[in-house]
Amino acid sequence: MSRAVVEQLALGLLRGLAMMILLATVLLLGSIAVGGARVIDWEFLTSGPTEGMTEGGIFPAIFGTICITLLMIFMALPLGVCAAIYMTEYSGTTRTARLIRASVNNLAGVPSIVFGLFGVGFFILFIGRSIDAVRGGGLLFGQPAMLWAAATLAVLVLPVIIVSTAEALTAVPRSHREAAFALGATRWQTVSRVVLPQARAGILTGSILSISRGAGETAPILFTGCAYFLPRLPVVHLSVPLTGLSIPMINPLDQFMELSYHIFIMATQSTDAAVTRPIQYGTTLVLVGLTVLLNVSAIGLRARYRRRPVTR
Amino acid sequence: MKNMTIKRMIPAVGLVAVVAAGLPAAAAGNITVKGSDTMVILGQRWAEEYMEKNPEVTIQVTGGGSGTGIAALVNGTTTLANSSRPIKPEEIEQAKRGKIDVVEFKAAMDGLAVVVNADNPIRSLTLKQVGMIYTGYIGNWKQVGGPDRRIIRYSRESNSGTYVFFKEHVLMNRDYAADSQTMPGTSAVAEAVARDPSGIGFGGVAYFATNPKLRIVPIARDDKTEPISPLLPGGAINFPAIWDQSYPIARYLYVYSAGRPEGAVKAYLDWILGPDGQAIVERIEYVPMPPSKG
Amino acid sequence: MAQDAATTATVGRGLPARRRRIGPGEVIVEAFLRLNGFIAIAAIALIFVFLFKEGVQAFGTIAPGRFIQGNEVDFDNVPQVVRMWQPVGTNPKYSIIPLVLGSFLVALPATLLATLFGVACGIYLAEIAGKRTRELVKPAIELVAGVPSVVIGFFCLATLATLVQQTLGNVYRLNAFVGALGVAFVIVPVIATMTDDALRAVPDELRQGAHALGANRWETIARVVVPAGASGIIASVLLGMGRALGETMIVLMATGNAAQVTLNPFDSVRTMTATIAAELGAVPQGGEQYRALFLVGSILFTITFFINLAAELAVARMRRRLAL
Repeated sequence: MSRAVVEQLALGLLRGLAMMILLATVLLLGSIAVGGARVIDWEFLTSGPTEGMTEGGIFPAIFGTICITLLMIFMALPLGVCAAIYMTEYSGTTRTARLIRASVNNLAGVPSIVFGLFGVGFFILFIGRSIDAVRGGGLLFGQPAMLWAAATLAVLVLPVIIVSTAEALTAVPRSHREAAFALGATRWQTVSRVVLPQARAGILTGSILSISRGAGETAPILFTGCAYFLPRLPVVHLSVPLTGLSIPMINPLDQFMELSYHIFIMATQSTDAAVTRPIQYGTTLVLVGLTVLLNVSAIGLRARYRRRPVTR
Repeated sequence: MKNMTIKRMIPAVGLVAVVAAGLPAAAAGNITVKGSDTMVILGQRWAEEYMEKNPEVTIQVTGGGSGTGIAALVNGTTTLANSSRPIKPEEIEQAKRGKIDVVEFKAAMDGLAVVVNADNPIRSLTLKQVGMIYTGYIGNWKQVGGPDRRIIRYSRESNSGTYVFFKEHVLMNRDYAADSQTMPGTSAVAEAVARDPSGIGFGGVAYFATNPKLRIVPIARDDKTEPISPLLPGGAINFPAIWDQSYPIARYLYVYSAGRPEGAVKAYLDWILGPDGQAIVERIEYVPMPPSKG
Repeated sequence: MAQDAATTATVGRGLPARRRRIGPGEVIVEAFLRLNGFIAIAAIALIFVFLFKEGVQAFGTIAPGRFIQGNEVDFDNVPQVVRMWQPVGTNPKYSIIPLVLGSFLVALPATLLATLFGVACGIYLAEIAGKRTRELVKPAIELVAGVPSVVIGFFCLATLATLVQQTLGNVYRLNAFVGALGVAFVIVPVIATMTDDALRAVPDELRQGAHALGANRWETIARVVVPAGASGIIASVLLGMGRALGETMIVLMATGNAAQVTLNPFDSVRTMTATIAAELGAVPQGGEQYRALFLVGSILFTITFFINLAAELAVARMRRRLAL
């Protein structure tokens, strides 16, 4: 065979394989969309499961997912951003910096179920039980709860936040920092007023990606706080004194229902898998829709940010 | 710096307030029930109907397997545990070490059915045959009078009370064959056997009774006795055979509580064991406690 | 991605100290930031400690040999040696052989399949696709990476497994092969994006040189670019395999969860991850099975740790070779 023919065949093969992946994705998403579309309506999204989970909606799972990802990002974002700032702005190429980077890379490669084990062994049993011992008065913190599930997820998404923040920070040209120093600014002033504002988009991208990751992970929350069916939402009503008002607040010590866990449970352990199949598809469609939406906005944000010229 | 920091702090402080305010939580009249997958529909129905009549009580029911429920009871993370097997002595010991005294209640009975695909012509099996099938000694349907096909075994996870009960009473404490596929719930077993003409499965009879793609196999205690089915010819559950244990794989369904039940928990348990609770048992196609026990 | 962060940032240092005012607040801020910087190190160290702390205690009640094989009697009371994982019963068995074998029986075919598609995709993105196509396809690949694994597992369980059985006629509907297909889908984006990055890092001069010598596009790719970026591609495959071994939800839903010692990918298997996921919720804390599960987790963590280490060494080698 002539070289030209080999070239055409090889390039065609590579193109074909790449397209097959996209085709598989489209088929996957398509089958979920088709299976789930007929179930989704306003009631599905706003009411809870009934009739032994064979009918009704998935609102508690949606609510639980929102709660857990909010709590998770609240814990992970400050930690991750500060760690990234230290890594890129302060520690340079020292051994510490290399150690931090190596740890981040390793953390990114830990299996998700190991995070689940860590969540049980460290957060619930060690931290939670210790708090209970100090408090005195029974088991409150030392059991599965939204707080610990969120903490576990926060450790899991930490690398995502650190890496995207570090990328965003290093993308800011050196000249900007040098200009700030030339004007007499301290390191922190430079970072907080010059570098960080320009890295905002990258940090936001990282946050969105980690929210998407947190909503989709199931293994870490299997035993750290998720529940199969709860009769009420994880809120507690606080009464405001002297006004007779009561404000609903998220209760981080409660267990919660969650979308990805709901899919797993309904697909494997529901009372009649054939009857609940439409609900399974519907829940999957909601979760996929959520993650696709988040990922698309993150990617779009990053594209727009990269296209905007950084030097003004 | 001050502007940006303060602007960033406000939502952070807000979130802290929202979350921190929720910390001192402990709802009164809150009962948690965890455990047997076999009993989870029953548990949910009991909870639903009881809560309708007693709205000040919240009952939270989760499944996960009898082992999960008992583990939760031992760990102190649940009020009541549903179990389709009796609690083991070492579990009682562990609970005692955690200062929990476990109290046992027999709440219902169940016939553990053995099912095959509706296309399978098998008419009956002896208890020993079922045991030998599940331990791997019988590997082909023709060895028990069926077609020449490999037997595909469907079983449960080790946290399941059904798994443990079956192991003790049918397998005589031997191991399940290594190629038994572990399904996470009885409904998964039902679905798998319904799709597999060579399959065999087991579980609470309520899960299989109304599925046209499955056949429940009558079981004989040994070669000399008549095979008995947990279902009567009309499709109703065979209460008498289960009550007097002439159906060889009949079992009790238990509710365990952490310590002597008091207050709201006692009221709930009394209701379950009383006529209202037992009527629900019957409605969901489980077997209520035999009449003499009341 | 994690590997990109290894690009050293030297901004901020190297300026004479007298040019920077060190205010009193600076020290506090830097200390606070340093504390956070150590959080990643602390996290990994803590995971290590708490996993092994519980896992090692398993040896207190279970002799190490029992993690390989155990003793049992068969129906005729003949003693025999078995390799089974059946932790619940009167004679608990803790052999990890079926679990480790199961994990690899899923991870190896998955990695092989994903390498084929992922590297092809990466080469396509870096060398063949036009600029506009690339701007569409690369985000699409990243979107694939964003699909939660429980969704893939659900798809395998509900649709793919039956499809495979109808096409290939295998005996067990849920088996290692179906699991491997699902896992492969999840790790293709990992391999594809890293291969793409690795190939784009290859200097253009090499390509131009090849063209100047008369090579066509395919020959340039196959004999110049890919060998130059080989370390990066190898790193991506290693990372993909690490991810495949660590995957939980897909294997939990699609492999049948039978702990048997087999090399047949069409048999049902039970992976280390699925074992932990299925059993941890049901064990009393501090009990024997609980500790055994932590030990399985420790073993899994160790395996993936070394695979990730190998990947990092490959990346470092790539950077040295390309003098980055």
